[in-house]
Amino acid sequence: MGRKTPLHDLHVAQGARMVDFGGWDMPVHYGSQLEEHHAVRRSAGIFDVSHMCVIDIRGAGVRAFLARLLANDVGKLRLAGKALYSCMLNERGGVIDDLIVYFMNESWFRLVVNAGTRDKDLDWIRARAADWGVTLDIIERSDLAMVAVQGPRAREVVAGLLDPVDRERALRLEPFFGTECGAWFVARTGYTGEDGFEVVVPAAEVESLWRALNAAGAASCGLGARDTLRLEAGMNLYGNDMDDDHHPLESGLAWTVAFEPLERDFIGRAALEAVRKSGSPLKLVGLLLQDRGVLRGHQKVVVPGIGEGEVTSGTFSPTLQRSIAFARVPKATSDSVQVDIRGKLLQARVVKLPFVRHGRALIEL
Amino acid sequence: MSQVPADLKYTRSHEWVRRLADGRLEIGITDHAQHALGDLVFVDVPEAGRALEAGAACAVVESVKAASDVYAPLTGTVVESNADLATSPEAINEDCYGKGWMIRIESADAAGFDGLLDAAAYAAVLAAEGG
Repeated sequence: MGRKTPLHDLHVAQGARMVDFGGWDMPVHYGSQLEEHHAVRRSAGIFDVSHMCVIDIRGAGVRAFLARLLANDVGKLRLAGKALYSCMLNERGGVIDDLIVYFMNESWFRLVVNAGTRDKDLDWIRARAADWGVTLDIIERSDLAMVAVQGPRAREVVAGLLDPVDRERALRLEPFFGTECGAWFVARTGYTGEDGFEVVVPAAEVESLWRALNAAGAASCGLGARDTLRLEAGMNLYGNDMDDDHHPLESGLAWTVAFEPLERDFIGRAALEAVRKSGSPLKLVGLLLQDRGVLRGHQKVVVPGIGEGEVTSGTFSPTLQRSIAFARVPKATSDSVQVDIRGKLLQARVVKLPFVRHGRALIEL
Repeated sequence: MSQVPADLKYTRSHEWVRRLADGRLEIGITDHAQHALGDLVFVDVPEAGRALEAGAACAVVESVKAASDVYAPLTGTVVESNADLATSPEAINEDCYGKGWMIRIESADAAGFDGLLDAAAYAAVLAAEGG
């Protein structure tokens, strides 16, 4: 048996099919993964993301600490509540985890990290603080739960649960900003390519929040739909599309690495500078399958005349009604590849990510 | 509870077999299997003329989440496959014992047929699996 979120029993009561995800018992769907996917693209859906880990880091030196710890630059965070997506790298440039960091105030930053990497991340962060002789409070917030509310109706659904002052503040949030609303933290972030909020609440309040969101018309959605939505949205999944042995420049995440300012010496910088100088031999691309079938992680990609690669994540896209994937392929790959699916070489087109944003296809089929 | 029609034969790997009036055998996957797989989005069935060996993988069903093999319940030869599944794989979710049939075969494997599970035995397999 895995670890359980505070919503576990409610998921079971709602008919969820539960699976292991990173050591947690999580809902994969509540009946139909496809309907849940469409609910998010067309209206509003809710996801239990309480398995993800909120880490509050408090202390006078927190900004300088994170400037060394993270590949993206927390120097970009000047306005309270602003969020930044970043990788945390090892010295080889490999990705220990991807995370979101929120600037709360000068002595308090909040990280949200992946479930499966929680212990590894905490160990790493604490060890670096010790190495660098920095005194910080690094607090794992197991007392909190988190619900992602996503879709074109998501913000109005959440706003309806807030008192007038908090409601106005939440609705004024620009994308990638968060704000405290009493004991809640509401951020305009997500992992679906739709508008919406991620809401962090005390664990004891999350069941009533979930029921209220259902009552307001938001559909309970499982990790299955979360995966198809994030793939359509061109968003990486840690462990599939990047990991300790793959750096951001071969994982479609070059945009998250802040090489400027030059004097900021973050962990992994030297390794990535070396890769950048010689040019990464591999790149991550989007694939659209031209033939019938379904692309899946670890399938072999053949690039005629150039070499081979591998699908890192693949699925059937409910919005496009076609199979889509991310694949790590040789740098010289241009617009077409073949994928080995059960011994047959099928045609796939290389496309620009994302596949879907705000309910609309961004690629031609 | 999964549906287990009384007039069909079954395998432990969740295929069903129906003897048609002309003696051919119709094969598909069970209600338990389609429910466990979830929404199906792709089905690959063998073409007419393909020789099947009992217990060997003969078709693939893919849900949004994963691909699964379908095993031949009997040794025989495919005489017809359900072409509608290419465009409507969801037929298996909606009606796995009817319009979601996968293949029709001819088989001289009488011993194999007698060795299939009847509905009560298959229901017991499901009960033992907790489903």
